Amino acid sequence: MIRFENVGMRYGTGPEVLRDVSFTLEPGTFHFLTGASGAGKSSLLRLMYLAHRPSRGLITMFGHDVASLKRAELPPLRRRIGVVFQDFQLLDHLSALDNVALPLRVAGAKEGQVREHVAELLSWVGLGDHLNDKPATLSGGQQQRVAIARAVITRPSLLLADEPTGNVDDRIGMRLLHLFEELNKLGTTIVIATHNEMMIERFGYARMVLDKGMLQHLPRNATATRIA
Amino acid sequence: MFRTHYDLPLQRDVTGRFLPWIIALMVYLAILALAGSMVLSGMAQRWDRGLAGTLTIQVPPLPDGQPSLDARVESALGVLRATPGISRAEPLKSEQMAGLLEPWLGDGALSAGLPVPALIDVTMSGGRIDVRGLAQRLKAAVPGAEVDDHAAWLKDVLTIARAVETVALGVVALVGGAAVATVIFVSRAGLAIHGAVVELLHVMGAPDRYVARQFQSHVLGLAVRGGIAGTVLAAATLFGLTRASGEFSAGLMPDMSLTPLQFLSLAGVPLIAALLAAVTARLTVMRALARLP
Ligand SMILES: Nc1ncnc2c1ncn2[C@@H]1O[C@H](COP(=O)(O)OP(=O)(O)O)[C@@H](O)[C@H]1O
Ligand SMILES: [Mg+2]
Repeated sequence: MIRFENVGMRYGTGPEVLRDVSFTLEPGTFHFLTGASGAGKSSLLRLMYLAHRPSRGLITMFGHDVASLKRAELPPLRRRIGVVFQDFQLLDHLSALDNVALPLRVAGAKEGQVREHVAELLSWVGLGDHLNDKPATLSGGQQQRVAIARAVITRPSLLLADEPTGNVDDRIGMRLLHLFEELNKLGTTIVIATHNEMMIERFGYARMVLDKGMLQHLPRNATATRIA
Repeated sequence: MFRTHYDLPLQRDVTGRFLPWIIALMVYLAILALAGSMVLSGMAQRWDRGLAGTLTIQVPPLPDGQPSLDARVESALGVLRATPGISRAEPLKSEQMAGLLEPWLGDGALSAGLPVPALIDVTMSGGRIDVRGLAQRLKAAVPGAEVDDHAAWLKDVLTIARAVETVALGVVALVGGAAVATVIFVSRAGLAIHGAVVELLHVMGAPDRYVARQFQSHVLGLAVRGGIAGTVLAAATLFGLTRASGEFSAGLMPDMSLTPLQFLSLAGVPLIAALLAAVTARLTVMRALARLP
């Protein structure tokens, strides 16, 4: 469903931050994406959530060659992708509820269904008492759960999370991962960029390792080796 | 339209702050200009209808009173009756004269024996008659008689009406241009200020029209506020003008009132302004977004 072939990426006229990246993600799989800071994890995710075009190579998303897509054809594809950003990117003038409702409204959902659906999910992630709170009044961990709820509210086919356990203690981190596992069981393909070795060992999913813009793909339960 | 969820906090942008004022000014000027041109063209039409095909003959009294004014009027009537194409020629009665003169000279001007000329109302039976030839024959028979065919005067009035209309439309176009430019500026600035949120919306799969709708609703809200203010001010001004003209020019000026249909079309001005603003915002944003990769 997602296929990268010899993909390169650069920002503007800068150097390539990703080089010759090739991999395939089958539907319903779960992957960790690791690598040192600056290795290109966030950049690779940007390519996957169609916020950036590759400078070379072929990207196929849900059966579409991304390079051949017109601008107007991108929104329907993007709606099948949920993203948890490293810095959450919550809108600070909107309540938790309205933040999570955003992808539904963007997709043109009926307002009557939106509220109920969103309130239910927020309760499920333990924010039932904070529906109308603005992000600024929430703790870091609470904001993160709002960001995750927003990413999964539409039941996306692909969930991309950029260091979602970065700012929370291990206990909450584990709970978030269990949430992603639940989603994965419902059929969502999941890619989580993370530094957290303990988490990777513990869950043992396949991992993609980035090193200076090059990718190594390791199957389930394999141990990482450094790329020379 | 007001229940749109504002994902973009556009209300906080200071750039939109002047928009209601500019729209208010535009609506105010446009309504006044439109009302002015309606009144003027109404006047011109009434004059045209009332005066075309009529002449007024002025017969001044002679200083020594010989022959008498009545005798001179009689000879003028004789000339007029002998002229083909004239269906009616009637001297104004002294009560009518008194009515005409009263605003200037006060009651009893006629009885005071002032040397007031006699006026003869002439109706032509259609078609053109040789006004200059008639004037010459009249002068020969009744020295000092003047023919006024109103045509020159009517032409002047119409020219002035057209000129006023043109200037007014020009002003409205200028202010409208300023309003459009402001909307474009507000929209572009909004896109720049909220670039990160716009990108976020795109990543979530928002089509360009979803983003554009946010700007459109925002600008529409500002424009409606400005439009209402401008309409209220214009209505107050028109009301004041109508009352003032009603007080001092009774009988002198043709009536300045507007028909209900005309009032209705004036009420359309703020609607058009709001629509113009909203459409401009939408097009600006759609065009800017289309240029994104
Ligand atoms: N917006 C940007 N413009 C230019 N260079 C960038 C931008 N974002 C990231 N980079 C560069 O791309 C490289 C990879 O960064 P990133 O994808 O953020 O890595 P990671 O997420 O693994 O830390 C780094 O060298 C970084 O400096
Ligand atoms: Mg990163």
